[in-house]
Amino acid sequence: MAKDTCGCGERCVSPLYEELDAFIAARPRGRDALIPVLHKAQALFGYLPAEVQSHVARALDLPVSDVYGVVTFYHYFTMTPRGRHTVNVCLGTACYVRGAKKVVEALCAALKIDMGGTTADRRFSLTSQRCFGACGLAPVIMINGDVHGRVTSKKIAGLLARYT
Amino acid sequence: MKAKPRAYVMVSVDANTVVIGAREVKNRLAAEIGLRGLGDEVRVVETGSFGSVSAGVVAAVMPDGIVYGHLTVGSIARLVEEHFVKGRPVREWILPGEHPLPDPETADARQLQHFGRIVLDNCGRIDPDSIDESIANDGYFALGKALTEMTPAAVIDGVKASCLRGRGGAGFPTGLKWSFCAKEVADIKYVICNADEGEPGTFKDRLIMEGDPHKVIEGMALCGYAIGATQGYIYIRGEYRLSIERMRAAIDAARRHGLLGRKILGSGFDFDIDIKIGAGAYVCGEETALIESMEGKRGLPRVKPPFPAQKGFRGKPTNVNNVETLASVPFIIHHGAEAFRAIGAAGMPGTKVYTILGHIARPGLIEVPTSVTLRDVLEDYAGGMRPGAFKMAQLGGTAGEILAPEMLDVPLNADALAKTGHTLGSGAILFMNESVGVCDFLHACIKFFAHESCGNCNPCRNGMAVLLELTARLKAGKGYPGDVELMEELVMGMKSIAFCPLGQSPAAPVLSALRYFRSEVRAGIDPDAIRPNPEHTLRTLLQLAG
Repeated sequence: MAKDTCGCGERCVSPLYEELDAFIAARPRGRDALIPVLHKAQALFGYLPAEVQSHVARALDLPVSDVYGVVTFYHYFTMTPRGRHTVNVCLGTACYVRGAKKVVEALCAALKIDMGGTTADRRFSLTSQRCFGACGLAPVIMINGDVHGRVTSKKIAGLLARYT
Repeated sequence: MKAKPRAYVMVSVDANTVVIGAREVKNRLAAEIGLRGLGDEVRVVETGSFGSVSAGVVAAVMPDGIVYGHLTVGSIARLVEEHFVKGRPVREWILPGEHPLPDPETADARQLQHFGRIVLDNCGRIDPDSIDESIANDGYFALGKALTEMTPAAVIDGVKASCLRGRGGAGFPTGLKWSFCAKEVADIKYVICNADEGEPGTFKDRLIMEGDPHKVIEGMALCGYAIGATQGYIYIRGEYRLSIERMRAAIDAARRHGLLGRKILGSGFDFDIDIKIGAGAYVCGEETALIESMEGKRGLPRVKPPFPAQKGFRGKPTNVNNVETLASVPFIIHHGAEAFRAIGAAGMPGTKVYTILGHIARPGLIEVPTSVTLRDVLEDYAGGMRPGAFKMAQLGGTAGEILAPEMLDVPLNADALAKTGHTLGSGAILFMNESVGVCDFLHACIKFFAHESCGNCNPCRNGMAVLLELTARLKAGKGYPGDVELMEELVMGMKSIAFCPLGQSPAAPVLSALRYFRSEVRAGIDPDAIRPNPEHTLRTLLQLAG
């Protein structure tokens, strides 16, 4: 490993890191900045791998363990890369009583992954959320931000086929 | 000078409709109207929620009072041709029973509810991105009144006299809470608006912010003036993109109009607001966890005391209120505590905003006086059960209590509910028919808590795991004899010793379910099942461990 303490080597000069550094530089430093910076980092990289966390820790002068603690605490942040398409199932109570459980089972079976997993070909990731606030359309799934309401297990295959 | 338009089309762009293409419909509508040369006559306006969440993209034509539902980009050409060119409303697209602005002469009681609104009065009526429309509808009037005619102490007295109680779930008297923070002496104090609405099925705060963001800003500024704070923060869930967008635009507009910033309205009062974005943790709805999260840490609740009023954000005196609570304040200051107390029930006056969901004909967003009953909500607002018949309702999100048919006639306010041993919760009502099993439902609730438990304290962390196991057994019909009593004892224990409200929460759904549906829960017990001996299990584990 190089002298570079964050361990990210030459990747630090990638344009994504430059953009992240510019974002950090533009705001007051300090502990308060951590969560906004992580939001930005995840928006840029798609996820928060260890090297990104080290980079953020160094830039904000925080222990890496603190950054890791925050990343693992909040559901929004993820340390695993996502598939090209994210299938997000609402598991709020309104969707639940309207059959979200069957939808999850059908999705897991169709994609051959568990909740939270990513298909081997990185085509789909399957996640769930507590409530989208689209309860009137329950049960609801969201694929890349497109909301599909009143989903049934029969509709799953057709919906997934639209995302290649 | 431009002529006044003959019609306004109000397209409801809110959290529910934006994801199914409301913006696209609005843009197409504006384009089509322009194409037909009607741009000066018909104005397309983006507005907040009308209250309906199952009618697709909705738009109201004013002053005709016609509401169209299930609009798509494809239906626009015909709509404009028929309604605006030929003057014939398209009957099959009209939503029955929707009246965004009922006529006071002919409206019935259900329609009249819109006039009794305090928090949502502008929601679905004004363009939330236009500060002028807010001001034309009495926006910032209360702030002006407070800054020019009232001392901070008088504002607190007014809020105290109104008997306003927190709308986030706990129901603590707001005026009293403000007075704690007001008496602290510090170089800086903070007002925090808690918009980390995480209770599944609850999205009232989101629709308030999206429909009338200026009301929230005004409420925060009034609180700031009353307690001597100069900086406010709105802590919003990261998923609430439209709320963030509209609140940001509203804050910028208020700054430009001198309604935020230094020397507001020429007075000596300085106040500004920033937005903090959450990253998804249910426990951050608890005020000290929220403050930790704002400071960039894991959202673990703090030990109280000291309370946030003494040592809150960055160790300074901080007042945290829910969105709806703050949005109720401008009415109180503008019209007086008397006017507020005249609405709803005596012990908890005013109105309450709910999202109503589940097996009902018209799921949506409502604001009702605190004197209405569950039956009123079901029959007058929800349009009755569909499909099936009423079995139970959960009042107040996942941490809410389960109510049986015999509770249908109890008024929905903290006092009346307390008399029957219940609480009001956060502002969601989930109606369920007989297809929902009590054990299955409890298991789903506990699963959520177990997932959201922050792991800080033992009763919550381990209690949830045991509850999850218990409910899973019961719903599968494999419960051990004694499981029901164990569950009861466990949730009562968690209620008394868990560190924060999250760990205390399962008591509400579990105990109320046992109160009304004990025999159904008991049916989940297998009388022949034998509970494994814990000592025996421990010995096996130790042997395995070598």
